[in-house]
Amino acid sequence: MNQAASPAIELIALEKRFGPLQVLKGIDLAIASGEVVCLIGPSGSGKSTLLRCVNRLEQPTGGRILIDGENICAPDCDLDRVRTKIGMVFQHFNLFPHLSVLDNLMIAQCKVLKRNRAEAESKARAVLERVGLLDKIHEYPARLSGGQQQRVAIARALAMDPEMMLFDEATSALDPELVGEVLNVMRALAEDGMTMMVVTHEMGFARRVADRVVFMDGGVIVEAGHPDRVLGEPRQERTRRFLQRVSDR
Amino acid sequence: MPLTRRQRAALIRYAIYAVTLALLAWVALATDWARLQESFFDWQIFRSLFPDILVRAARNTLIFTFFGFSGGLAIGLVLALMRLSPVRPYRWAAALYIEIFRGLPALITIVLIGFVLPIALQVRVPGTYGPGSLALAIVTGAYLAETIRAGIEAVPRGQMEAARSLGMSHARAMVSIVIPQAFRVILPPLTNELVLLLKDTSLLFVLGTTDQTIELAKFGRDAVADTFNGTPLVAVALTYLAITLPLTRAVAWLERRQKRAVRG
Repeated sequence: MNQAASPAIELIALEKRFGPLQVLKGIDLAIASGEVVCLIGPSGSGKSTLLRCVNRLEQPTGGRILIDGENICAPDCDLDRVRTKIGMVFQHFNLFPHLSVLDNLMIAQCKVLKRNRAEAESKARAVLERVGLLDKIHEYPARLSGGQQQRVAIARALAMDPEMMLFDEATSALDPELVGEVLNVMRALAEDGMTMMVVTHEMGFARRVADRVVFMDGGVIVEAGHPDRVLGEPRQERTRRFLQRVSDR
Repeated sequence: MPLTRRQRAALIRYAIYAVTLALLAWVALATDWARLQESFFDWQIFRSLFPDILVRAARNTLIFTFFGFSGGLAIGLVLALMRLSPVRPYRWAAALYIEIFRGLPALITIVLIGFVLPIALQVRVPGTYGPGSLALAIVTGAYLAETIRAGIEAVPRGQMEAARSLGMSHARAMVSIVIPQAFRVILPPLTNELVLLLKDTSLLFVLGTTDQTIELAKFGRDAVADTFNGTPLVAVALTYLAITLPLTRAVAWLERRQKRAVRG
């Protein structure tokens, strides 16, 4: 297979059911290298489940997921190796509370990528600099604000030199005044050419940063396209209603 | 004039204090201090117990406690992971072990390891401290398994997910991320188990003690039999407290320090 021609992420007829509940009903989506895609939609629409399938924190019950053309649903796929290529940022940060910021950033570099401590530490410093938190390197997560914790979580993912990043409602748990600092870091990443899949409720971010917006509802993709088009002139009634509700807030 | 609620509460409190003091005074007056001192606080006998009570009895108690607890931690951790395993026979086997050794009196387990095992299988657990330590480890493991499992389950699921998303294997994430946090959570009950185990070493007398393995409680009872006096029991009691009190204080200090680090 020609690696260069493959999309970074390709989902083919992806399905996920939890018992009798079908959350994803056959999703087809391809994301090119360097592309920023925002997933929007009402809660329960399946967008977070979709994102969590991409690095197989959720096991899909049907369809395929290709990362750089490699089927990661194949039984012989080395998931741990694939996951080092896919950074993930969670709604609740999930920093390791028993480790300092530096150790949060170093542990996977040392244990998974087998980098030596000096190498891992200089990488940790570089990514902390990038998110503007180098001065917090020796703090423990609990001593940081929510926004700072989330920026450390982004740095932790970046320290692994991922090829793509997944953001699962990265700003939803933050106090409103802390949302901006996290979005700024994410925007800078996008401008640096990172491949990104972003589940978000921040329509302003989607409009300004995304190359493509995907609107999901009821486990299917209702419509997708350029942010100005999807957010500005939605073709589908369901999209219009959703955007109406969001802007009413 | 009717009392306010606060005044009434204060009145009740003072009444409780008064009754307690009266009771204590009555006990103090009723006690035959002279006979008590003669039977339980004989300074000559007390002195004669040293240094043996420390260099032999207390030392052995600590050795049994150390090996028993280390072994118990290892067994408990394995059982806890088995209980959480998706493999059903593992879960069943661990549950069976826990139910049996938590349900049996420790004394029975000690007899099983010390006498039944050698007769049934023609094997003796090697080492001076071997049989006793193993029996205590088996019992402690059963108790610790449930404590450790609860600790692991108390670590938020997101911790495992974050670790896996960074490419860690399940085992690596357990060892580096989940288990260290679980042990922080269960430090208080763990201390509890340690103190219980320390006292359970007093059951090892059923194995028959030699000069080499005699522990505190047996040492005290032997000395009582030798001297026809209760003083050795008091000495032993004080020795137990001299071990457990610093231990529990040290853990409490550790806990406070950790809270400060993690909670900020």
